[in-house]
Amino acid sequence: MSNDNLVEIRDLSFAYGNRPILNGINLTAPRGKVIAIMGGSGSGKTTLLRLIGGQLRPNAGEVRVDGQRVDQLNTRELYALRRKMGMLFQFGALFTDLSVFDNVAFQMREHTDLPEALIHDLVLMKLQAVGLRGVSQMMPAELSGGMARRVALARAVALDPMLIMYDEPFTGLDPISLGVIGNLIRRMTDTLGLTSIVVTHDIQESLKIVDYVYFVSNGVIEAEGTPEEILASTAPFVHQFIHGEEDGPVPFHYPAADYAHDLGLGART
Amino acid sequence: MMGAVGRFFAAIGHPVIDGIERLGFASRFFGLILLRSGTSLLRFGLVIREIFAAGVLSMLIIIVSGLFVGMVLGLQGYRTLQTYGSADSLGVLVALSLVRELGPVVAALLFAGRAGTAMTTEVGLMKTTEQLSALSMMAVDPMARVIAPRFWGGVIAMPLLAAIFSAVGVFGGYLVGVVLLGVDDGTFWSQMQAAVDFREDILNGVFKSLIFGCVISAIALFEGYDAPPTAEGVSRATTRTVVTSSLAILALDFVLTAFMFIGV
Repeated sequence: MSNDNLVEIRDLSFAYGNRPILNGINLTAPRGKVIAIMGGSGSGKTTLLRLIGGQLRPNAGEVRVDGQRVDQLNTRELYALRRKMGMLFQFGALFTDLSVFDNVAFQMREHTDLPEALIHDLVLMKLQAVGLRGVSQMMPAELSGGMARRVALARAVALDPMLIMYDEPFTGLDPISLGVIGNLIRRMTDTLGLTSIVVTHDIQESLKIVDYVYFVSNGVIEAEGTPEEILASTAPFVHQFIHGEEDGPVPFHYPAADYAHDLGLGART
Repeated sequence: MMGAVGRFFAAIGHPVIDGIERLGFASRFFGLILLRSGTSLLRFGLVIREIFAAGVLSMLIIIVSGLFVGMVLGLQGYRTLQTYGSADSLGVLVALSLVRELGPVVAALLFAGRAGTAMTTEVGLMKTTEQLSALSMMAVDPMARVIAPRFWGGVIAMPLLAAIFSAVGVFGGYLVGVVLLGVDDGTFWSQMQAAVDFREDILNGVFKSLIFGCVISAIALFEGYDAPPTAEGVSRATTRTVVTSSLAILALDFVLTAFMFIGV
């Protein structure tokens, strides 16, 4: 195990009951890099994040974060490890009963004994970093989708984690917000010395900011490489995904019985 | 033929097994609430917030209902008691009915509709919008931070609301009996004072409402926590909260009354 890798996943398999989701995943996230996990909707990307965060336990294989086996930690050890992780949820998951300020201050108040004056300054610094110091007294319901996600990002980095996981950070954003979030992910990673794992299906935005890409499909890593390698890839799945083609390795039609038979035309030949 | 019989038993067995499984989950959930209640005691401000949400915000409906229930008791009781020439005992009738039964039970039914549904939808939507997930990813235990304070808030608010309900109800009975129908002021209060026993009647009523508070809060929180993360899931969970806790209140009330007042 190399110490240069913050996250290492080996031969990971996971199933919800009898439904297999992931099957033999190998993935590493080197320190200081932005890694993208791409794949279609329902391909198990988010499940992979939950496995790294220890919210789910794998059926086989191992997940290491900072050298610790996440899948073998007890609740207390897991909570200790999670203090060093941040997660940005798809729609921010801000606490709707707290103001923006209190949302960002939440972890500082829960986990530290910092004086309120210091928390005040820290929160404003975090909000300044995402450009939203001006909304600190607003409630989450008053924010636009892009702003909510930036606040959630400020909240995720509140305790200076070493790893941030982003669950579909680009979904449902206008082009300006999209660029803002993308640049923030890159800048935060570089300036704070973080490691970022971005789960996304937004190919254009993410290829601009990431260092390495994993493609997940049908529970396995179909392809991996740097953005340049991915763009040059001739693998059918990658080609279909990048160019958004309707039919290919991922079929347009969900598997079904014979069409003619379903329409009652089976006997006519 | 076997197929039909098999299906018949499957149709009975499936819901029964599901029901038992859910009961098991609910019991574990309840145990977990008690286990993770440490935070609620150490940071009592969290509980006070929930007492406000469940208790203070339910005051209006409790006071208005209490007043009308008491006034109706006054009217009906007066008519019946007068037939036997004992309209002087109206105060006793009103007070005992309220303190022993109507206060705890009706206040609990209203509490389930007002505060229980609020708990279910709030927790259900927190789950739907991934706020509970976010909490646990921030190394904050949702059971300790969100669920347990709401539970204790409900448990503490319920007896207080029942007491307010009874007090306002007695006042409603006084308004109708004494002010409107002309029962003697002194006999109304003194007979009540003589007949209502603090331990036997009032404390037993308080005990009942404590139990109801536990049951309603636990059911409401479990339904919210267990709700499928969709609009339909949360709405069904809310309905179940009202139905299940109302039935539980009425059934438990029978059992508790049998033990407390009849001494079975």
